[in-house]
Amino acid sequence: MPKLPKLPAPPLPAALQEPPPRPGESNGKGGPIEDAKAAGINVVDWVDERTSLSGAGRWLMFRKVPKGTNWFYTLGSATMFAFLSQAVTGVFLAMYYRPDPAGGAYESIRHVTNEVFLGQFVRGMHKWGSSVMVILVFLHMGRTFLFGAYKYPRELNWVIGVVLLILTMVMSFTGYLLPFDQRAYWATIVGVNINGTGPLIGPYLSDFLRAGPEFGATTLSRFYAIHMLLLPGAIVALIGAHLYLVAKLGTTAPPWMKAEQNPELRKVDV
Amino acid sequence: MNQREKEEYLREYGILKAQGKPFFPYAVAKDGAMAVVVMAIIITMSLVLGAELGPKANPTTTTYVPRPEWYFFFLFEVLRVIKPPSLVPLATIGVPTIGMILLFLLPFFDRGPERRPERRPIAMVTFVTVFGAMAFLTYQGANAGSPFAVEKPTPPAVKQAGGATLAEYELGKAVVTSSGCLACHKLGENGNSGPGPDLTHIASRLPAQGIARTLVNPTAPMPSFKNLPAQRFNAVVAFLSQLK
Repeated sequence: MPKLPKLPAPPLPAALQEPPPRPGESNGKGGPIEDAKAAGINVVDWVDERTSLSGAGRWLMFRKVPKGTNWFYTLGSATMFAFLSQAVTGVFLAMYYRPDPAGGAYESIRHVTNEVFLGQFVRGMHKWGSSVMVILVFLHMGRTFLFGAYKYPRELNWVIGVVLLILTMVMSFTGYLLPFDQRAYWATIVGVNINGTGPLIGPYLSDFLRAGPEFGATTLSRFYAIHMLLLPGAIVALIGAHLYLVAKLGTTAPPWMKAEQNPELRKVDV
Repeated sequence: MNQREKEEYLREYGILKAQGKPFFPYAVAKDGAMAVVVMAIIITMSLVLGAELGPKANPTTTTYVPRPEWYFFFLFEVLRVIKPPSLVPLATIGVPTIGMILLFLLPFFDRGPERRPERRPIAMVTFVTVFGAMAFLTYQGANAGSPFAVEKPTPPAVKQAGGATLAEYELGKAVVTSSGCLACHKLGENGNSGPGPDLTHIASRLPAQGIARTLVNPTAPMPSFKNLPAQRFNAVVAFLSQLK
C-alpha cells in the first residue's frame, strides 16, 4: 500500500513550538548524519577554542586575489606541488636506500628499480620530477620578472625565491650521486672539482662536499644527509616564509591592469 | 620608487584587490587544475622515459665521459669553451657567483616604479639575452663531448703516412679523450694543469718506451693502464709519442 503524504503540522503559536537545537547541541531528532556533523563541528570548535587557528585559515583562504589573475599565477603553486611529489616519492625511495659506497647503494637502487613493486615507476617519478620542478622554478621566476612582481613591496619574497632556486639546484646536484652508477659518480667528481675552482670559498666547499681532499667513503653519506635532511628542511621552512609573504602582501595584479575609476569618488563637494 | 610612488602603488593595488575574487575557491581551483597537469606530466615522463640505472660506479675506470644533469649543461659548456687557465676562475666566478649575486640584488638595483614589460626595455633586453644565452649554451652542452676533449690538429707527418698509422693515432686520441687523462694533465689548450705533468710536449722529454712504462707502472695517484687491450694501449703510446 503506497504511503500517504503526511499532513502538515498545525500552525502552533511560537511559545508552544519546540525550540530548535542550540549550536553544539543535538535534540536527537537529526539522526546519525546530523550527529556526526555536530561531532565534527564540536571537535573543530574544541581545537579552535584552544588555538584560534580558524582566523589564520580564513585569512589564508578567503583573502582576495586581484582582478586579472590568470593561469601564469599558478606556476608558483605548481612548483610547490612538484616539491611535494618529490618529497612523497623520496620518502618511499628512502625506505629502500642504503648510503653504502661499497656496493650497497648501487645494489639497493638496482633492487628498487628491478624488483620492488612499482619501484621503477616511483624512481622515475622522482628522477623526472626534479626536471619538472627545475623548469617550473624557472617559469615561475620568469613570470615574476616579466610582471615586475619583485618590486616594492615584495623585494624580500624575491630574495627568498632566489634562495629556493639555489637550494633546488643543490638538491638536484646532491641527488645525482645517490644511485652511485658510473654517470652519477663521474658527474659528481667533475661537479665537485668545478666547485673547487670557485673564488675564496670554492676549495673549502669542495672539501666539505667530499668530506676530505679526496672522494672517499663518507662522501656518499654526506651527500645523502644533505639531500635528505638538510635541504628538505630548509626548503620547507623557506616555502613557508615565501607563502606567508605572498598571503600577507597579496599576489600582484598583471602590470597592465588598471583599477576602474569610479567617477563618483572623484566628485568634490564645493 | 619614492614615497609618493609607493603609496600610489599600494592604493592602486588595494583597489584591484578589492575588485578581485576570493582565493578560495577561485584561485584554488586553478591551482588544483595545474597540480593535476603537473602530476600527469611527471607520471607520463616516468612511464615513458623510465629510470635507467647505468653500470656500477667504478673509480678505477678510465673510459667514462661524465655528463651532468641537463640543467647544468650551460655551466658545463661555459667551462668547456673557456680554456686558458687564467680565465677559468673568471668563468667559475663570473657565471654562477656573479649571476647569483645579481639575481639576489635585482629588486635593490631595479627600483623603478614601472611594471609593464613594454616600458622596461633594459630589463626585457637583459631577460631575452640571458634566456637566449642559457638556452644556446644548454643546446651546445647537450651536443658537446666531455670538457676533456683533445683538440689538437693531427701532425702532418702522421697525415701523410695515412693508413694504419693515422688510424692508430686517431684511436689513441679517442682513448686519451675518454680516459679522463685531462682531469690531471694538460694537453695544449685542454685539460687541467695538475697534479700530473704537462703532456703537450711529453714526447720530447720521454721516448715511446718510457711513455709505455709510465702507463703500466705510474706514480700514484695515476691509475695503471696495463689492463687496457693491447691495441688500445699501443694506440695511446703512439698518440702520446707524437706530442713533441
